[in-house]
Amino acid sequence: MIPAAFEYVRADSPEAALDALAEHGDDAKLMAGGHSLIPMMKLRLAVPTVVVDIGRITRLSYIRDRGDHVAVGALTTHYEVETNDLLHAEVPLLAHAASHVGDLQVRHRGTIGGSLAHSDPAADLPAVLLALDATFVATGPGGVTRDIPAGEFFTGYFESSLAEGEMLTEIQIPKMAGAGWSFQKFNRRAQDWAIVGVAAVHGPDRTGIGLVNMGTTPLRASATEAALASGSDLADAAAVADEGTEPSADLHASVDYRRHLARVLVRRALEDASG
Amino acid sequence: MNITITVNGSEHTAEVEPRTLLVQFLRDQLRLTGTNVGCDTSSCGACTVLVDGASVKSCTMFATQADGLFVETIEGIADDDGTLHLIQEAFRQHHGLQCGYCTPGMVMASLSLLNENPDPSEREVRTGLEGNLCRCTGYHNIVKAVLAAATGDPASEPSFTPVDLTTGARS
Repeated sequence: MIPAAFEYVRADSPEAALDALAEHGDDAKLMAGGHSLIPMMKLRLAVPTVVVDIGRITRLSYIRDRGDHVAVGALTTHYEVETNDLLHAEVPLLAHAASHVGDLQVRHRGTIGGSLAHSDPAADLPAVLLALDATFVATGPGGVTRDIPAGEFFTGYFESSLAEGEMLTEIQIPKMAGAGWSFQKFNRRAQDWAIVGVAAVHGPDRTGIGLVNMGTTPLRASATEAALASGSDLADAAAVADEGTEPSADLHASVDYRRHLARVLVRRALEDASG
Repeated sequence: MNITITVNGSEHTAEVEPRTLLVQFLRDQLRLTGTNVGCDTSSCGACTVLVDGASVKSCTMFATQADGLFVETIEGIADDDGTLHLIQEAFRQHHGLQCGYCTPGMVMASLSLLNENPDPSEREVRTGLEGNLCRCTGYHNIVKAVLAAATGDPASEPSFTPVDLTTGARS
C-alpha cells in the first residue's frame, strides 16, 4: 500500500514545526513516530499534502521529576516510558500501560504525544492519562503555552482540543503517591487494540477510572467514581461502569457486550487496585 | 528528496519520493530483498530491521525518517566469511523456522530484544516477539532458539515447560 504523494518537511525544533504549521495550515500534518499516521496514510484515510516530521526534536524527549508531578516530553517513545525508573516508581500505571501498546517494534517508534494527539478512543494511553488526571501542555504560535486538563482534551472521534497551529509538547502526570492501580486490556490477540480497556487509580485520597473504546472519546467511568465516593462497595460501583457511555458495535463486539465488558473489567480493576 | 542512509555499514545516497517506505527503499532501490513484506500493516513483523540499533517495522516508516541513521538488515549480520550470527546459528540448530518467510524479521527482532534484555525468561521472549507472526505457528522452536542464543551457546538446550493446550496450565 502506497500513500498519496506529499511534501516532506523535517522540523528540528518546536519553533520550526510551529512555523511549518503556520505556513501550511490545514494541509499539514505533524508526524512524530508515525505509527498512527502512516497506517492511515497507507489506507488513504489521511491524505495530508505536507507532512511535518517532528520525530527528531530531541528537546521534546524527556522524563523529569517536577516535585508533585512527572513531566514527560511529547516525543518520548512508549519504550522509553515503559522502561523508565522514575515512572515505575511514581506513575507505575503509565509505565505498565505503555508496555501494552502495540508491540516492541511499534513502541520503539511510537510516542506518547503522538498517541494522545491522534485521540483514538480505542488507544490505551488516552484513557490512562484521563484516569491519572494528567495535564497536557500545548505550544502555539510565538511559543505561547496552554495547559489543557486531560478531561478537556479529547473532544470527539480522533479530535482533540488542540487549536490550529498548536502542538502538544508536554504531559504532566501527578505522582500516584502509592495509590493502588490496575490496567485491564481485553483483546483477541496480543497486539490488537482493546475491545474494551480500563485504567484505574484507586487509593484513599483519589479515584480515577478511564475507559478505552466505550465511546467516540476516551471516557471516565463517572457513575462508578460517584458511587465509590458515596460509599458503595466495589461490586455495586462497578455495576454502573457503563452509565453515560456510548460504545459502538463492530466485528469484535456488540454494544451490549462492550457494556458488559466495561462492568466486568472495572470490577476486576478495582479489585486488583485494592488488593 | 535526497537522503543518505548507512545500511549494513555502507553509506547509500539516493533520491527518493517522500512517500517511499523504508522497506521499499531497501528492497527496490538497494535490492536487499532479505527483508520481507508480509502484511504491510505493521502487524506481522516480517519487515523488521534495526534503525540505530532498535527493531522497527520498515513498512511503517518512510525512508526519509531514516535519513542520516544506521539501518541493519538480515543481510548484514553474518560475518563476511559466511559464519552465521549467533542468533542465526541458534535458529538453525533449533530449527526455528518452517517456511522461513517470517525468519528475517524474527531474527532481527530477536537481536534487538537480546540487546535490550540479554537474559530474558521464556515469557519475556514470547512477549518481546509478539509483534512477529509465524503463520506456520512454529513459535516453540523460535523461542528455544532465542533462549539458546541468550546463553551464548546456540546449540544449548534451554529448558522450559510447555503449556498444556487443553487447560492452559504448565505441566
